[in-house]
Amino acid sequence: MLQTINNTRNSPLPDEDNEIIAVEHLYKSFGSNKVLIDFSMLLHKEENIVVLGKSGSGKSVLIKCIIGLVKPDSGTIRVLGQNIPELSMEELDKIRVRIGFLFQSNALYDSMSVRQNLEFPLRRHSIRLRQDEVDTLVMNALEDVGLQHTIDMMPAELSGGMRKRIALARTLILKPDIILYDEPTTGLDPITAKEIIELMIRIQKKYRSASIIISHDMNCVKMASDKVLMLIEGKCYALGTMEELQRSADPKVKKFFE
Amino acid sequence: MKSKSPPANNISERTYRTKNYIIASGYISDLPVAATNYYYIPEFMTPSRSWQSFLEETGVLLRFTGRFFSQCFRPRYEIAEFLRQCFIIGYRSLPLIGLTAFIMGLVLTMQLRPSLIDYGVESQLPAMVGIAIVREIGPVIVALIFAGKIGSSIGAELGSMKVTEQIDAMEVSGTNPFKYLVVTRVLASTVMLPVLVMLGDAISLYGSFLGVNIRGTTSFDLFWNQVLGNLSFGDVIPAFVKSFFFGFAVGLIGCYRGYYSTKGTEGVGRSANSAVVISSVLIFLIDLVAVQITDILGLN
Ligand SMILES: Nc1ncnc2c1ncn2[C@@H]1O[C@H](COP(=O)(O)OP(=O)(O)OP(=O)(O)O)[C@@H](O)[C@H]1O
Ligand SMILES: [Mg+2]
Repeated sequence: MLQTINNTRNSPLPDEDNEIIAVEHLYKSFGSNKVLIDFSMLLHKEENIVVLGKSGSGKSVLIKCIIGLVKPDSGTIRVLGQNIPELSMEELDKIRVRIGFLFQSNALYDSMSVRQNLEFPLRRHSIRLRQDEVDTLVMNALEDVGLQHTIDMMPAELSGGMRKRIALARTLILKPDIILYDEPTTGLDPITAKEIIELMIRIQKKYRSASIIISHDMNCVKMASDKVLMLIEGKCYALGTMEELQRSADPKVKKFFE
Repeated sequence: MKSKSPPANNISERTYRTKNYIIASGYISDLPVAATNYYYIPEFMTPSRSWQSFLEETGVLLRFTGRFFSQCFRPRYEIAEFLRQCFIIGYRSLPLIGLTAFIMGLVLTMQLRPSLIDYGVESQLPAMVGIAIVREIGPVIVALIFAGKIGSSIGAELGSMKVTEQIDAMEVSGTNPFKYLVVTRVLASTVMLPVLVMLGDAISLYGSFLGVNIRGTTSFDLFWNQVLGNLSFGDVIPAFVKSFFFGFAVGLIGCYRGYYSTKGTEGVGRSANSAVVISSVLIFLIDLVAVQITDILGLN
């Protein structure tokens, strides 16, 4: 079973137009700690891949490599046709406008209000927007996560779940083509978590974006994933739909669904 | 062997024991390493630390400085953020610096008076105090207080931004965090400290005027005539110039310690703490160099 899954991975789809992210033979280590070892994956248009893996297996490192925050030791990462490790700062910025990134720790700017947090990517990227356009975008983003009333609050005044939702709003504000979520539902109650997942799916349908979702939340896997990727021992250990993986006989894969 | 993460962190992660202390990364504590209060002692001052780690850290700092200069003159210029930092760094430190400077002038005057009376030159009191404040005490004390207030807050702010991934978040939002955070803060403290020193000098001379008038009377005009009449170009300019360097050192060290903060909230406290210690030591070193240079230039 697993063999067939792996085989499909090793022979990537021929239609290159469909490919949004292609990671090939990625290696990354921190000192003697080898985190990613010959990791490869493909993300297609309008596809959601959920990445599963133990804590410390390198999931966050993987998506940080994809957005160019972490430089890999070797390997190629093609995002929208460009090889990320070779890009200059300016070229990276151009690509990053089209990528939304939700940080595991939310990374809201403590010294700025919610409004300023949401305006930050709008103002900093080299896109020209009028003040009223900025205001509508901010309001719409807050409406999406249901937190309009927090607009003038500081992040420190918000609860953990609210902070996650503001961070999500900031991630989605530029209507990105690619969204990388690092544990979007961790620390949320089941009801809010479900709302967030539904929001993610709605956004994805609306803007026809592709996303990589790191999550431990089986609900999230069930609802949002087109495919599930298992990151084990620094490799793409298994890739397939949730049902396929659930039926797998491989003990390492099985463990995740117990 | 060489890893890509900032070497500063590697230095920090070494832990070893001496007789009574547990020394982690140059932080001496008689408590277990996990306990909270660390007293930062720069690497080169801890017993039996090798020169190697001192040189390593200096190398990293020099590279950081080089990066500052290379980014400083290249667009895009973060003017708005620079002005905001000037306001925060300069204006908000003014009450504290004003208060301490005033007390310093007052106390110095009162302390000097008995000695001057012994030598029978009490009338020279304003001149003596004026020179002492403008040449040395004003710049150094203001810079030390500045290091305590601004150096630590920059270290803590950047440190916490680092460990909560806010710096990464800026980078993915089309912002060069080094320019936006480091360059603006270093420039702002370089520009604002000399201004604060000048204001501090003036305020502390008012304190001194009060001190003169606690015993005996000197008119306001006479006091200022005496102070200004005894100050020369060679007193004012070197002091002014060296306070730029003080400001640069405080801003740079604060940013350096914060930017390379080790992971975890504990690292934030260390960054703030070490920023103050290192920049205070640097202030005295710069002072030492400055006095040699003015000596050589014959500005004394
Ligand atoms: N900047 C860094 N410097 C050194 N080591 C790092 C760094 N970032 C990550 N690592 C190491 O890489 C490994 C993978 O980290 P990563 O954050 O990707 O884990 P993760 O899969 O996201 O785990 P979690 O589910 O807990 O978030 C860990 O062993 C971690 O110690
Ligand atoms: Mg992670």
